[in-house]
Amino acid sequence: MPWDRNQMAERAAQELEDGMYVNLGIGIPTLVANYVGAKDITLQSENGMLGMGPFPFEGEEDPDLINAGKQTITELKRTAYFDSAQSFGMIRGGKIAVAILGAMEVSEVGDLANWMIPGKLVKGMGGAMDLVAGVGRVIVVMDHTNKHGASKLLKECTLPLTGKGVVDLIITNLGVLEVGHKGLHILEAAPDVSRDEIRAATEAAIV
Amino acid sequence: MKKIFANATEALDGLLRDDMLIAAGGFGLCGIPELLLQAIQDSGVKDLTFASNNAGVDNFGIGILLETRQVRKMMSSYVGENDEFMRQYLSGELEIEFNPQGTLAERMRAGGCGIPGFYTRTGVGTQVAEGKEHKDFDGETYILERGIFADLSIVKAWKADETGNAIFRKTARNFNPPAAMCGKVCVMEVEEIVPTGSLDPDHIHLPGIYVHRLIQGEHEKRIEQRTVQKKETA
Repeated sequence: MPWDRNQMAERAAQELEDGMYVNLGIGIPTLVANYVGAKDITLQSENGMLGMGPFPFEGEEDPDLINAGKQTITELKRTAYFDSAQSFGMIRGGKIAVAILGAMEVSEVGDLANWMIPGKLVKGMGGAMDLVAGVGRVIVVMDHTNKHGASKLLKECTLPLTGKGVVDLIITNLGVLEVGHKGLHILEAAPDVSRDEIRAATEAAIV
Repeated sequence: MKKIFANATEALDGLLRDDMLIAAGGFGLCGIPELLLQAIQDSGVKDLTFASNNAGVDNFGIGILLETRQVRKMMSSYVGENDEFMRQYLSGELEIEFNPQGTLAERMRAGGCGIPGFYTRTGVGTQVAEGKEHKDFDGETYILERGIFADLSIVKAWKADETGNAIFRKTARNFNPPAAMCGKVCVMEVEEIVPTGSLDPDHIHLPGIYVHRLIQGEHEKRIEQRTVQKKETA
């Protein structure tokens, strides 16, 4: 059976190691925080915070304390605040070990498209281009196919890129794929999903 | 060297003109200079360009200046939350220059530090890189981004002393320090002006050298995405 959203997040959490500083994107990546278990992980929020805590209890919201999705959050004992230039300094400077984010398309060489669809409303790239260009490792968590059943893992991206050759690992509802030199490697399949099923659902070269 | 003004309108007196470039602090609605934005609306100045991460929402933040058509161009990273913005953007009334968020922050910081340009990997191979100088360093390709030198900076801090030494609170710091640095003149609004000498010099986030005019006022501090969890019922 393919993984659901929570299982994809749980699988992504296995990629995190004790002591890592990590940036989680909006959507399924946010759920990864629920599965880090006993590992000592510090979450970065690119609007200027390390050590992001859970959502506040009702009545304890602080308008001065939000995450990059503009949601109210809380701080932890380890929390540090800083300005946006320093925040992206640590991102661009490679201090953040891993970014986990969603995507519309990923190519077989690790090109990533997740910020705009031509002809549709463009809201902007936010911090996505900085993150994928700067962090140590980029993990994409997304459905293997789009709502029409077409592969989101392509030979070449059709949408405008967020970054070129930036993705290291792709976790989909069907399995885990690594971006290699000549194409994607299947590292793992979801329970009762065969490698042939993954190949059949993938346009990108699998080697 | 008196920096303190009675209100936002007086603090902006003589600084506003049509066609100017204003750098504004804030992320979403968090830490935005809401009093100064209101005073800019009241002034009627127009054809403004804003370097600001976001464009506010309808009727708050930079959104109030869109309603009155005072903004010609936005330099931002993300603008999703504003219907009037989207209407003007789609109809071509409003120009937008999308900047990766970290590039925008660094462009402000660089401008404030007298650095006219810098190379970054961010955006290489994307639309952002089109028309920009590419240069390889140690086998890696970078693009040239320009520092922003704004005519005016408007920012919001939590507390400042009478000389403008400022402290921000939690994630409301965000773009405020780099925005403050990159303007020829910086006007800051704070929740509280405290006597000079009462802030610990080791705890200043932004030294007063960057702050030319200062006001204290009441802030609404609107929340854009109120998200909470339920308390466990024992």
